[in-house]
Amino acid sequence: MDAIPTTALTPDSSHASVRADMLGRMRGGSGPYLAGVAVCGVIVAWALFAWGYQIVNGFGSTGVRRPVYWGFYIVNFVFWIGISHAGTLISAILRLTGAEWRKPVTRAAEAITVFCLMIGGLFPLIHISRPWFFYWMLPYPNERLLWPNFRSPLFWDLTAILTYLSGSVIYLYLPLIPDLAELANHSTGAKRRIYRALSLGWTGSDRQWQALERAMKLMAVVILAIAVSVHSVVAYDFSMSVMPTWHNTIFAPYFVVGAIFSGIAALVLVMAALRKMMGLERYLREVHFVNLSKLLLLMSLIWGYFTFSEHLTTWYGNLPSEIRVFQIREHGLYGMLFWTMVACNFVIPFVLLGISKLRSIPTIAVSSAAVLLGMWLERFLIVIPTLSTPPLAAAWGSYAPSWIELSITAGTFAAMVLLYLLFVKAFPIIAIWEYDDGVRAR
Amino acid sequence: MAEQATQQAEQGAERTPQWAMAIDLDRCTGCEACVVACASENNVPTAGEDQAAMGRTKHWIRIDRYYEGEFPDIKVKYRPVMCQQCDEAPCEPVCPVNATYQNAEGLNVQIYNRCIGTRYCANNCPYTVRFFNWFAPEWAEPLNLQLNPDVSIRPSGVVEKCTFCAHKIKRAKLDADADGRDLADGDVQPACVQSCPAEAMVFGDMSDADSKVARQLGSGRAGQLLESLGTKPRVFYLEKAD
Repeated sequence: MDAIPTTALTPDSSHASVRADMLGRMRGGSGPYLAGVAVCGVIVAWALFAWGYQIVNGFGSTGVRRPVYWGFYIVNFVFWIGISHAGTLISAILRLTGAEWRKPVTRAAEAITVFCLMIGGLFPLIHISRPWFFYWMLPYPNERLLWPNFRSPLFWDLTAILTYLSGSVIYLYLPLIPDLAELANHSTGAKRRIYRALSLGWTGSDRQWQALERAMKLMAVVILAIAVSVHSVVAYDFSMSVMPTWHNTIFAPYFVVGAIFSGIAALVLVMAALRKMMGLERYLREVHFVNLSKLLLLMSLIWGYFTFSEHLTTWYGNLPSEIRVFQIREHGLYGMLFWTMVACNFVIPFVLLGISKLRSIPTIAVSSAAVLLGMWLERFLIVIPTLSTPPLAAAWGSYAPSWIELSITAGTFAAMVLLYLLFVKAFPIIAIWEYDDGVRAR
Repeated sequence: MAEQATQQAEQGAERTPQWAMAIDLDRCTGCEACVVACASENNVPTAGEDQAAMGRTKHWIRIDRYYEGEFPDIKVKYRPVMCQQCDEAPCEPVCPVNATYQNAEGLNVQIYNRCIGTRYCANNCPYTVRFFNWFAPEWAEPLNLQLNPDVSIRPSGVVEKCTFCAHKIKRAKLDADADGRDLADGDVQPACVQSCPAEAMVFGDMSDADSKVARQLGSGRAGQLLESLGTKPRVFYLEKAD
């Protein structure tokens, strides 16, 4: 279990057999598959309706109110952008460190990144009350000589996320190219033409392989830097403000850690689902889950340390405005959520993953689900309590989401599943070319 | 800009007034006449019962109450709070589209047309004096019949706040120009100041040492709200030093 296999995973995982297997999985759709697509489609459609309702009837149809001007949308935004760190970051680290066990994991991870960014990137659009003027945030030449405000963390956010999205799409796309050429060779008609065009004239020559390897390595380095900067900038949305407990130096690294943490959890869950539903036991083996679970445990410990540091300093410093936020966060309803968060993010992973006897694919999946819930709660507990207790007590308030926010939140989870369901039928979820039998000279 | 400056120089170096307000907390009785006057002057819409219960009322000026002591030995202190027109306003840098900025006269200006509704400014205001238009504005009958033509109606989805009655400042300047004289101290009276029966509020140009507001600021009783945040508000509160 502890030895990481460095060669092809199973004796029968020759290039041809992997190719045949993957191509076979992309064909057609079973009953449950189609039902899943339909259910997710309906939920997404309902969420789109809710968004339309919000735009037509006014932003007041959400539950946001004074003084909590940011609600579920910002929580979801941070959550999804956080998860997006699953893919690219993990796959980039594994690629750069040459961890051979990454082979069946990377594409699944990179796809998560792209989809999460698409979903997370929508939230600013959903969150603003006049989305039809969204383009005012972009620096485009116009006759009124108006520019966006380069000092605003929201503008940095936009820049960071667009950069990350473009980078991630390229990073998902590059390793797809050889597979796309392979797909073109094994399909007919319009499909063949599409795959052929997407493969950018890939022939598999030595020169092309070298160029591809170089590009992938370069992108891995670039994407690592971008990923860290993106979640730092998301943290700056809060820490650049003057609000109690938001104005905080720990937030940028804390957010990056939290993002990687929830990203790994999402990756494990997706892998467990793929393994179960697509029958990928042959590729996604226990060793992959165990290796990722060790990373997850490490991140859980770091997260626990950061959380402890943040709360300890707030409590010990005892500043009047900050201690109020601290108190409502640790008592009452928010208190319940707080301790649930601690249980989900620290206690459960610590016990289930820390004790090696308990470590198995089901417990790893359970810990991951707990971490996802815990990290969502973490973002909720960062956004809402601070806003509900602004410095002047006369303005204190509360927040509860309306059906609009709940529908849209549900819709984004359905959208994630839907995008994934469609992806596994359009592209091989495991990179075929990585199982090359050593045919290709490295 | 440059053209404007030369024009100003030709007109005899007109000084740019620096607007400020002094509120005497020892005079304020908490009657809320200013709250009513502000709402009707500035076309601030009513929210209705349900929305009000949710906390979605708009009050460009509000009276905060502070209690000292235990019942029945209780002392109440009232503090009218409106946009503090900060020199170092936390609301300004965070807006991604520059919809809010400080103008030359020290007013924090909100450009309704430019606002896309991120509500970041409203979050980052430590005084919580920025308000969001949840829906298209509505007025309970018969308030809809008394709208002020000098003040624009804000559409759904934008942030608004106290302007120090910018339209009244403009009107006072136009009137002074028409009469061929300079603005005199007391020419500009925001609705809250005008309506205060206790005369607790004074508004004027603090760069003019002879103005009433400048004299009050120099009285030794003046302080600012949440001064430690360094926002440098243009609203000063006068209090007897304990």
